Amino acid sequence: MEEIRTGVYICHCGLNIAGVVNVEEVARYAGTLPSVVIAREYRYMCSDPGQDLIKNDIKKLGLNRVVVASCSPRMHEPTFRKAVADGGLNPYLYEHANIREHCSWVHEDKELATKKAKDLVRAAVSRVYRHEALVVKEVPLNPNVLVVGGGIAGMQAALDIAGGHHKVYLVEKEPSIGGHMIQLDRTFPTLDCSECILTPKMADVGHHPFIELLAYSEVEEVSGSIGNFKVKVRKKARHIDESKCIGCSVCEEKCPWKTDSEYEMGLTKRKAVYVPFAQAIPHLAVVDPKLCAYIKSDGKKCGACIKACEAQALTAETLLKQTDQIVEFDVGTIIVATGYDQFDPSVIPQYGYGKYDNVLTGLHFERMTCAAGPTGGKILLKDGREPESIALVHCVGSRDQNYHEYCSRVCCMYALKYAHLAKELTKAEVYQFYIDMRCFGEGYEEFYKRLSEEGVNFIRGKVAKITDEALTDEEKGKLIVVSEDTLLGKLVRVPADMVILCCALEPRSDVEKVGSLFGINRRADGFFLERHVKLDPVATPTDGVFIAGCCEGPRDIPDTVAQAEATAAKALSLISRGVVTTEAAISSVDEDICHGCGRCEEICAFHAPKVTSKNGKLVSTINEALCKGCGACAVVCPTGAISIKHFTQDEILAQVAALTEVS
Amino acid sequence: MAEFEPQIVAFCCNWCTYAAADLAGTSRVHYPPNVKIVRVMCSGMVNPIYILKAFEGGADGVLVAGCHHSDCHYIDGPVKCDATIDSLRKVLHVLGLEDERLRRELVAASEGVVFARIIKEMVEQLKKLGPSPFKVRMEALA
Repeated sequence: MEEIRTGVYICHCGLNIAGVVNVEEVARYAGTLPSVVIAREYRYMCSDPGQDLIKNDIKKLGLNRVVVASCSPRMHEPTFRKAVADGGLNPYLYEHANIREHCSWVHEDKELATKKAKDLVRAAVSRVYRHEALVVKEVPLNPNVLVVGGGIAGMQAALDIAGGHHKVYLVEKEPSIGGHMIQLDRTFPTLDCSECILTPKMADVGHHPFIELLAYSEVEEVSGSIGNFKVKVRKKARHIDESKCIGCSVCEEKCPWKTDSEYEMGLTKRKAVYVPFAQAIPHLAVVDPKLCAYIKSDGKKCGACIKACEAQALTAETLLKQTDQIVEFDVGTIIVATGYDQFDPSVIPQYGYGKYDNVLTGLHFERMTCAAGPTGGKILLKDGREPESIALVHCVGSRDQNYHEYCSRVCCMYALKYAHLAKELTKAEVYQFYIDMRCFGEGYEEFYKRLSEEGVNFIRGKVAKITDEALTDEEKGKLIVVSEDTLLGKLVRVPADMVILCCALEPRSDVEKVGSLFGINRRADGFFLERHVKLDPVATPTDGVFIAGCCEGPRDIPDTVAQAEATAAKALSLISRGVVTTEAAISSVDEDICHGCGRCEEICAFHAPKVTSKNGKLVSTINEALCKGCGACAVVCPTGAISIKHFTQDEILAQVAALTEVS
Repeated sequence: MAEFEPQIVAFCCNWCTYAAADLAGTSRVHYPPNVKIVRVMCSGMVNPIYILKAFEGGADGVLVAGCHHSDCHYIDGPVKCDATIDSLRKVLHVLGLEDERLRRELVAASEGVVFARIIKEMVEQLKKLGPSPFKVRMEALA
């Protein structure tokens, strides 16, 4: 066996490490360890001169192992692996010791921190001794992209990628694309109409030759990895013939069965067969099988739509026989843009949502002010009167330890927009109950200033309750908003006809399921976690899976669009490279020791090991394309035949033994 | 005589707890230097032999920490890890090691503060328990 010659490099990281850890002492100590031929300390190992130290030592001193003790390997392991490779060594003959995040930044006692740094370096030296050269393979990347979610984020990403003439599968669970944005009336701070700017994009998506739109569909299964994902989508039965339906809505007119319209937030009704809204894409009817009497009675009742449909898109066959379809396809990258849910304010009983007719949420108000909405753009109370006073309650479910601690970022601005619209459309007195005004975007502060001059009443305080119990004649027949006014330092009671709750944006109710489907972790607040909050904001821990829009946390439309474009850029960059490297640190089997017991096959979540007969002997073999290197098989292997490359038992035992030694 | 300083070896999943420990660092959340982390790709990768090796080497406590069950990068690694730990506890019992010396925790990447708190708690607890009886016996044999 060749002589192991290790180089050890201790980084000062300016004073980040050297301010606490005695780096000279650690380097001196490293020089005394077995196999170490050179130990240096340097101000910034990640800088070019720092990396050159490694490259030169490999050549001049014949190093065949390298250890750098610096920041977290999650930050710079790739940097130093590359430096080692540039120096002519296999990049896996490298080990990283984390003496910044795990040492100098968390410990104050300089002596103890120095001692710990020595222990960590000793363990790294001991482990690198046992590292083996590994080969990274390249496999072709499938240029097709899956985009999940047809809101503004998903549409923007799909259009950007399809614009580069790459195929996009866009999956939307609702019958039409558009997302929350198509429900909005006007958008802050410019007050341009949401529909006017969104519907052209929706039409582009619907007609784009490189976009295959799978609306009313949900992703059921994802397997494989970056470059080569296999996707299974359930296309729910619309109970119409899509090739014949022209979206004329005659069926809808004739259908006698009604329920609350989801799109109009229950402010009006929709039928059992319906086109979701006037500009829906795809512009097709959909049948609600839970409401349709014909389906529920197995064809014995109703059938009004069948008679009405001249195009013969609705038939007994489509209504009774049509079932969900499973569509399967392959993609190389995935963009998840699944959006948010509006917080349900009925869990705050003191706000009276669901109890009082005229306590509404933001989305209700959006539909009400929309000219094409259920009230024709009029702000009306339940009894049809115009309100004389409107209260806007900020931070409902946001910035509240009982519900969500985070700020939902858009509510201050849309509350200002509502105040403006209320002033424009009614003669009502408008009250804003706010904790802090957060108007941070382009033109936002200016919009706030404008509203202050439009005669809106701003009351700084958290609303305690909304009640109809009047104490004075003035309060009779009104809703009374009880709040503190922190600027006056007293309790106030403001009578209002209508109260709008500016509700938090929260993670989708199925966020956990979607997260595990695509291998995306979640933050403590429940939203999807980006790989690095500042430097890798649209990537996820799963290579090839990117996130955009409100599924990653509340954000406004400009930020969402920018992020969607970022995911498209990420996907396009992978597509233009055309190949991906496979994980080298995966499982391998020593066939001489393997008994073919199959426990590896049972435990693997990715179906990578398979027991087969080879020369009359049962042995396990690993499908390298499927193995993720999680190591579960090696733990259950009773003979020790399986090991995980780069994380072999020998390596980890050596590291543990070195850690527990006394320096 | 100097106060007894317990030694802890922590096996931390690369995706969650290792990142949580990094976050404790970037947020400068201090904790005692008694812990040394071994980075593993998944808590489900932790072989019982590694834990025994740590105790044999003289560790007073071992922490095995990884993702919450819904967050696993490899689908169900934490479930596998739970099973390993459960069966190993019986062995540790036979060896005379108290339950508290092997700690299993789920710490997400965002929970740097939680990681620091766990280490502080463990150090306090192990100080009360004193040196590992296993270590004491090994030293007597040597």
